[in-house]
Amino acid sequence: MAESPLLCVEDLHVTYHTPTGMVQAVKGVSFELGREKLGIVGESGSGKSQTGRAILGLTSPGGEVQARRLEFQGTNLLHADRRTLRKIRGAGISMIMQDPKYSLNPVMTVGKQIEEAFLIHSNDSKREAYARTLAMLRAVKIREPERVYRAYPHEVSGGMGQRIMIAMMMIPEPSIIIADEPTSALDVTVQLQVLAVLDDMISERGMGLIFISHDLNLIASFCDRILIMYGGQVMEECKAADLQQAQHPYTRGLLGCLPRLDGSQKELAVLQRDPAWLDTQGSTS
Amino acid sequence: MIDIQGLDVVFGHGTKTFHAVRDVSLKVEKGQSFGLVGESGSGKTTVLRALAGLLDRVAAVSGSMTVAGETLQQQRSQAFRRRVQMVFQDPYGSLHPRHTIDTILSEPARVHKLERIEERVVAALEEVGLDASFRFRYPHQISGGQRQRVSVARALITDPDIVLLDEPTSALDVSVQAEVLNLLMRLQREHGLTYVLVSHNLAVVAHVCDTLAVMQNGEIVETMSVQQLRQHQSSMPYTQQLLTASLGYDRSAIDAFEEFGR
Amino acid sequence: MQANLTLRGWLLAEVPESKTQARCQRLFISWLEFKGNPVAVVGLLIIASLVAIAVLAPWITASDALEPDLAGRLQPPGSEHWFGTDELGRDIRDRIIWGSRITLYIVGLVSVIVVPIGLMIGIVAGYMGGWIDTVLMRLTDIFLAFPRLILAMALVAALGPGLENAVLAIALTTWSPFARIARAEALTLRNSDFILAARMQGVSTAGILTRHVAPLCMSSVIVRLTLDMAGIILTAAGLGFLGLGAQPPTPEWGAMISLGRQYLIDQWWVPTMPGIAILVVSLGFNLLGDGLRDVFDPKSGG
Repeated sequence: MAESPLLCVEDLHVTYHTPTGMVQAVKGVSFELGREKLGIVGESGSGKSQTGRAILGLTSPGGEVQARRLEFQGTNLLHADRRTLRKIRGAGISMIMQDPKYSLNPVMTVGKQIEEAFLIHSNDSKREAYARTLAMLRAVKIREPERVYRAYPHEVSGGMGQRIMIAMMMIPEPSIIIADEPTSALDVTVQLQVLAVLDDMISERGMGLIFISHDLNLIASFCDRILIMYGGQVMEECKAADLQQAQHPYTRGLLGCLPRLDGSQKELAVLQRDPAWLDTQGSTS
Repeated sequence: MIDIQGLDVVFGHGTKTFHAVRDVSLKVEKGQSFGLVGESGSGKTTVLRALAGLLDRVAAVSGSMTVAGETLQQQRSQAFRRRVQMVFQDPYGSLHPRHTIDTILSEPARVHKLERIEERVVAALEEVGLDASFRFRYPHQISGGQRQRVSVARALITDPDIVLLDEPTSALDVSVQAEVLNLLMRLQREHGLTYVLVSHNLAVVAHVCDTLAVMQNGEIVETMSVQQLRQHQSSMPYTQQLLTASLGYDRSAIDAFEEFGR
Repeated sequence: MQANLTLRGWLLAEVPESKTQARCQRLFISWLEFKGNPVAVVGLLIIASLVAIAVLAPWITASDALEPDLAGRLQPPGSEHWFGTDELGRDIRDRIIWGSRITLYIVGLVSVIVVPIGLMIGIVAGYMGGWIDTVLMRLTDIFLAFPRLILAMALVAALGPGLENAVLAIALTTWSPFARIARAEALTLRNSDFILAARMQGVSTAGILTRHVAPLCMSSVIVRLTLDMAGIILTAAGLGFLGLGAQPPTPEWGAMISLGRQYLIDQWWVPTMPGIAILVVSLGFNLLGDGLRDVFDPKSGG
């Protein structure tokens, strides 16, 4: 039974016009997202964050987004008007970013921010919003929701901040979450606990997740499918379980240069960059 | 080579103090690589900076530290500053933005009144895999990985015995990290250096070090050899949990995670 | 290809071969950026013209420009006297030209006193912290609290009127904000990794302050100086206006406005022309300062 995908991206391009010329941040990226966890992994400059932002129309000014197809549940995102886009952002597709220090409003209490996220997309009363907020805080495994409701962002730890972020982004019940390095600023145990919360919520609600990160190991163990990006293009797409059998030399190179806990202390295989990888290519699989 | 006994570091004064490091003791033999692992707030970087003598105006440091037989006083001697060098985490912040690479590298030589400065600078650049054309560039003109190499070159100029490494590759891409780790290991072999490496990344420490200490809340939880770590021979639940978490996402394992009192 | 041999080629070379070349390259790139801001270039042109006029004064004015000519007093602007003549029959244009030297003298002297003092006090206070910081900042506060004109008047009362005393008064009341700015920069820089690295190398505190901290504070200080320049000129003019600065017959612009005040209604050009000169020069410094601030933004690598 093939369900239609939640998100269709075909031949996505993001180009910036700078004084020194045109910079192609994303060059022809194509993929589909169903009710699954898709990981996009790449090093800095690979275009992975730009891809995530382009989907939500959050590309910074000066950047031009083009695609043959950019559809969310049948709605064309490229040509959508502002009202449609605003409805989709939050209630359709939501985004979690890296550092809650910078993405939470420092002068509003946590509870107010989550309520605001809820009320934007619904017509319910404030009392309903309050109840929903507390329920959401409990859902992200925060033990004292009333206390945290009244707290300010600087009063909570990093891991809790990210869980608050998840609560805020989940409360309008979106179908897709785009998470851009959501746990990179956290300690490794906290990282996994936050991801477990995310994991549970996504499976319970049958959502789709795009997980953007530079951590290949984490993505391989957390996601279902992986896209490896380099130079604005997708180098390889594979199931997470099949990562060790990846074909593309860039992927193999990345796998080879990681220090391993169970490996030897021999010299790490250095990634040899082939300039041919930067040439525009057709889709690889 | 390095002997730390009962190190205590307290920040702040009066009513608002923060006890960052509590009673830490460790020993590093000559030519060894010692890793300090821990999560944020564990105190590992503070231990390194206390050893480096960089905390004198900001914290109260007590306990005894001996380096190459010399007991360290409040003010580090010039001999210490020649013998012990440090590589910092942030490639963007550890080089002065207005100094050329040449200036950055010749400064330690000048301070210690070494001879043939220009030769040393060129030799250091070569050792880290950068050619002489980098000499007169500014930091903002070179990449993160190249900046980190310059940091390493700067650490080598005075022919040190000990290099302290504060998360040297945490801010680098994985492919660049591999190059820098290889470089660090080669230099250690060739120059017989002693390393103290601080990292939150267990895999990096397992790759580079012989011995490691796991820190949490300012204390050393456990000291073990890397061999023991790889064979999961830890006796402390905190270390075991850290090890499990470092292996990747495992949903069932996460349910078993404990909060270790912070 | 002769690219290697031309100055431009040398300045744009991929690999600089000496510290001097590297430094010149950086300055050149900063210059190119500065050039891209037309308003800033206007400012630069104004100041450059001021300097040119001051230097060429002997050649572009009549030899008897500062001599009174009572027969020709209070002539309106015309073909012979572009800006008219003042109450003693002297050509106003020529007086303004000679006055530009005085303006530059004031501006130069104040800068030379204020920048080193402010910078030094500021970075020492910011970097050292503790009681040194407290003492130096309270000192700064004391001088900051003085109203400029009042201190100037007090100094003049004590030391007698004259241009140098006016300059001293201005300098004493101008250095405080620079110390504040330098201190703020030093405070942020104090914990930078490159400063810690310098300490690891064994660089002395003096070395760190002069070679590491000061160069990074210079940009803010210079920008603030150019923006303050307008205020400095106006204060000097104000002092001159009160008769506390340059004494007649020195063609200081403020003094010219003061003496010409009584003719404002019927012979408007007498005080107005020097007034316009002050306006233009102040504007020039302001625009230059704004342009420099844009260039010195750290993100541009300048």
